[in-house]
Amino acid sequence: MPLLELRGVAARYGPLQALRGIDLSVGESEIVAVLGANGAGKTTTLRAISATVKTSGEVVFAGERLPGRPEAVARAGIAHVPEGRGTFAQLSVDENLRLGAHVRRDRAGVKADYDRALERFPILAERRRQAAGTLSGGEQQQLALARALMQRPRLLLLDEPSLGLAPRVVADFFRVVAELNEQEGLSVLVVEQNARLALASSSRAYVLEVGRVAVAGASAELQRHESVRRSYLGY
Amino acid sequence: MVGAADWAGVAQQVVAGLSSGGTYATLAVALVLIYRATGVVNFAQGELAMFSTFVAWTLTQHGFSYWPAFALTVAASFGGGIALERVVIRPVERASVLTVAIVTIGVFFVVNGAAFWIWSPQVKSMPNAFSTRPIRIAGVAFSISDLGIIGVSLLAVLLLWFFFRFTKLGLAMRAAALNPESSRLTGIRVSWMIALGWGLATALGAVAGLMAAPPLGSFDQNFMQPILLYAFAGAVLGGIDSALGAVVGSLALGVFLNLLGTYVSWVGTDLRQAAALAVILGVLLVRPAGLFGQALVRRV
Repeated sequence: MPLLELRGVAARYGPLQALRGIDLSVGESEIVAVLGANGAGKTTTLRAISATVKTSGEVVFAGERLPGRPEAVARAGIAHVPEGRGTFAQLSVDENLRLGAHVRRDRAGVKADYDRALERFPILAERRRQAAGTLSGGEQQQLALARALMQRPRLLLLDEPSLGLAPRVVADFFRVVAELNEQEGLSVLVVEQNARLALASSSRAYVLEVGRVAVAGASAELQRHESVRRSYLGY
Repeated sequence: MVGAADWAGVAQQVVAGLSSGGTYATLAVALVLIYRATGVVNFAQGELAMFSTFVAWTLTQHGFSYWPAFALTVAASFGGGIALERVVIRPVERASVLTVAIVTIGVFFVVNGAAFWIWSPQVKSMPNAFSTRPIRIAGVAFSISDLGIIGVSLLAVLLLWFFFRFTKLGLAMRAAALNPESSRLTGIRVSWMIALGWGLATALGAVAGLMAAPPLGSFDQNFMQPILLYAFAGAVLGGIDSALGAVVGSLALGVFLNLLGTYVSWVGTDLRQAAALAVILGVLLVRPAGLFGQALVRRV
């Protein structure tokens, strides 16, 4: 049984139908990518999972239907790093990290994870007392990821992590995600514009077109898929 | 030439001003708290404090002495503030700021009317919180009551600051006020954080009312209205989004109004409220963000 399963999920913003019934799954310890053009419904897919948009259809996580409130989804074990990163610009790096662990009760575990986060992202340790808003784009993306990890999620949702970042910074970011996946078995659902990168760092992928799944399969195969290559990889 | 006796008089008036300023500050911080959580000025803040004070007065009529009544009332006000938010504010949570502000004006009238209905319109008097004896410091006689009120007000505000700065719940409340959407994604129950903010603000208001009432000698259901005006003026002076600003602004205003009333004969006590309004107007014209506030940025 997959960790996360979407069955016939549809969503609309007012008159605009953003998702027209999609089926999607993420297995235990799997990295899954969602590709597609602007407006295809990639971000809405993540928002449907974290209940920040009204949906119909079923979203099942770890065998249970997810509740319809974002705070309850977070408590169920899903961390969502939204577009724009969702860090608290006016609060310090330290406070942002502590907020990540808001739902947890295990003080000792939180303390250990906090130390590990600063070890994994040394720049955050250096900037611990600074307001998050004063960090560079790459540093903020690291903070967003570190904060999400403080939640100790079973599933991580990443929305366009490469947006506005230098290629080197992006590569570093995806290396850390891959590490987390291998070492800790973290499951990841990542939405990306950068199809090449997304396919290279995931095991399976879905390509969305106007709110529907157009193509789905193993990332390695999609890289060779004629229409995917032409539309998204450009060769 | 000002003689030594006059300097003693000025010192006394400054302390008396700080004492009134302390009650304004307590109420002003309550205003800031709700402003930061919901983006509205709670026009009912003063009336809620008045209601709390009447509850405490009732307790004192039933054998409670001042401080037990104080403790019970502050606790009950905390619960009452939460309940009020759940019942009255929650339904308009997603409405415009103007809608919420109008709802608080409605609460103002309902609470005021209810207080007249429950407690007769006759004036009441509250037992003293502190000894009425003076205390001599450096040869100048100060009122123990004034010093006590300053102490309690500052303590209340400090406790609140400590809560927001150093506790997990306080941090979550700040986050919920700054960025509700991101807060929900991290699992914070934003709606409850707002309710909690109302609880704290109402409890703080109760402290203000209970400090303000005894020195008045007698008070009625309208006694908090001028104090709300002064708290507004203090908060605007300091910057409506800054708790520190609200405290400094309110204390400064308390001293200013007291000195004005004492030494400028034609102002007396009657023109104090007009002077407070002049402060509000002046600050809004010259420096809308106040002394400590952030330049007003539209909330998104």
